[in-house]
Amino acid sequence: MIQTQNTLKRKPSMKQPKPDQQIKSKPETLAKIMWEKFMQNKLALIGVIILIMIIAAALLAPLLATHHPDEQFLTDRLAPPGSEYWLGTDTLGRDLYSRMLYGAQISLLVGFASVTGSIFIGTVVGAVAGYYGGKLDALLMRIVDVVISFPSMFLLITLVTIIDPSLYTLILIFALFGWTGTARLVRGEFLTLRTREYVLAARTMGIRNIRIIFSHILPNAMGPIIVAATLGIGGVILAESALSYLGLGVQPPTASWGNMLQDAQGLSVMKNAWWYPLIPGLMILITVLSFNFVGDGLRDALDSRVIRK
Amino acid sequence: MGAYILRRALMTIPLLFGITVLAFGIMQLAPGDPSTMLIDPRIRAEDMQPYIEKYGLDEPVHVQYVKWLGAMIQGDFGTSLLRQGVSVSELIMARLPNTLLLMVVSTLIAVIISVPFGIISASKPYSLTDYSITFVSFLGLATPNFWIGLVLIMFLSVQLGWFPTGGVSTLGADFSVWDRLHHLVLPSIVLATADMAGLTRYTRSSMLEVLKQDYIRTARAKGFRQTKVVFKHGVRNGLIPIITIFGLMLPSFIGGSVIVESIFAWPGIGLLFMDAAFQRDYPVIMAITVIVATLVVIGNLIADILYAIFDPRIEY
Repeated sequence: MIQTQNTLKRKPSMKQPKPDQQIKSKPETLAKIMWEKFMQNKLALIGVIILIMIIAAALLAPLLATHHPDEQFLTDRLAPPGSEYWLGTDTLGRDLYSRMLYGAQISLLVGFASVTGSIFIGTVVGAVAGYYGGKLDALLMRIVDVVISFPSMFLLITLVTIIDPSLYTLILIFALFGWTGTARLVRGEFLTLRTREYVLAARTMGIRNIRIIFSHILPNAMGPIIVAATLGIGGVILAESALSYLGLGVQPPTASWGNMLQDAQGLSVMKNAWWYPLIPGLMILITVLSFNFVGDGLRDALDSRVIRK
Repeated sequence: MGAYILRRALMTIPLLFGITVLAFGIMQLAPGDPSTMLIDPRIRAEDMQPYIEKYGLDEPVHVQYVKWLGAMIQGDFGTSLLRQGVSVSELIMARLPNTLLLMVVSTLIAVIISVPFGIISASKPYSLTDYSITFVSFLGLATPNFWIGLVLIMFLSVQLGWFPTGGVSTLGADFSVWDRLHHLVLPSIVLATADMAGLTRYTRSSMLEVLKQDYIRTARAKGFRQTKVVFKHGVRNGLIPIITIFGLMLPSFIGGSVIVESIFAWPGIGLLFMDAAFQRDYPVIMAITVIVATLVVIGNLIADILYAIFDPRIEY
């Protein structure tokens, strides 16, 4: 884990305020401490800035694009980067810069939508298993064990041979089969949290289990869930690009970084247009790296055990 | 110990059962049934009857499952839909040596590179070396594996011509060890990169944990050099958890082989699986999926047992 030197030292803001300042200064809230801690992690900050730029580029793709992403300029195939085509063109003469922007939409959409789904399922399953324990827990965790035993690439490919791949079926598949890690994580959190006094207090007051799970315990388990979600988006983007590269993911002409790389693996590209395979690959790399940096920064910032020290 | 191993082994049985149920269930979702794939669609419905009876397609789902499971336990995975008369097990056995070769070589590469880097990183934590290694691992975790393969093929094979672009050996050439190794270099490196980053980081954190122990400080206090303490005293305990990571890495490793074999046209299980996926050859897809998941379960079992043997501090 990358730890900047700042996190090792005691931050000035965490020093005990002098007695005369104590009354004037605002009390340090947990959120403020976390925010400051996150801001000190330079890599995480860089990650956030890059992600904001990529998200903005994806949202503003219609404005930023210089050409229609699917328009073919057949006389300009594999053109080098230049003033007309900023990043060159692909094997069908489509503008790479514009396709890259629209590809960002696809990658981010698949990433965010799938992870929203899988985190939701994983949280509900993990929370129920961890809170109730017993036979229900054993059963749910055995199901998790079974799904986790399938190498995800094989499971994903098997599924797309049955359900024809489209943007929406891909999201569905990632969500329906990507929740197992979250379920284990949330279960673990709930196993320890359910023994806390406030849970006992809530039970004594006769609050319904459902309410205890979702409005009393869950907020305390949000830290690891947010971290898992952030890292999960990067993972889904990688998986989607691999599937699309193999021709089993997002189908052309819709541009995705993965299927751009599928187009970029021909011999003529490799001989004459070395820049083409680099562009979508670097985009995937930078995006996933940013999500990982942010996830790691969040892990350090949200870890309540470290804060209490 | 014996009791633990037995208990751990018995735990895999319900897991394997679950795997077959899930695989069978997924296949039930497939559009149509084998009869519509095998038989000319223009055939009259009454003429279909013998085929449906032959393949047992008129029986209830659970009966079909039990028959399929029974056959599979005896090593009968059915016949390929597209290559008539060829049994799925024959297809798989023909491809297995290639995949095993690739996986063994890349595991060696991954271990030889990652473990020392992890140890170096942990022996000087928060130094420039540590930060550099950590940063490269981060890059590795975020890089699509297939893209590394693509870029290597482009620069090293197509443009410089140093390595072949794919296959296990030169077509038509006589067998030679050199030729086979030459073809093995790029695919095994690319497959190795899939887990190198994870392995490095895992080694680092495991070593860091060990180097905090009292006996390490004692060794230092006795005047042993830092390198000796790290590599002799630290490594012995620090590398035990690495056994477990092999079990955990196995799924991504096997999954990575699908992609690597596709890029390099490496005729192994992964490429067989991809071909079957494109042609909707369901018996092959299903057999490979079940076998691969079974391998993962067995790999985890072996890792757990080895861990119990190597780490006597753990009581069961």
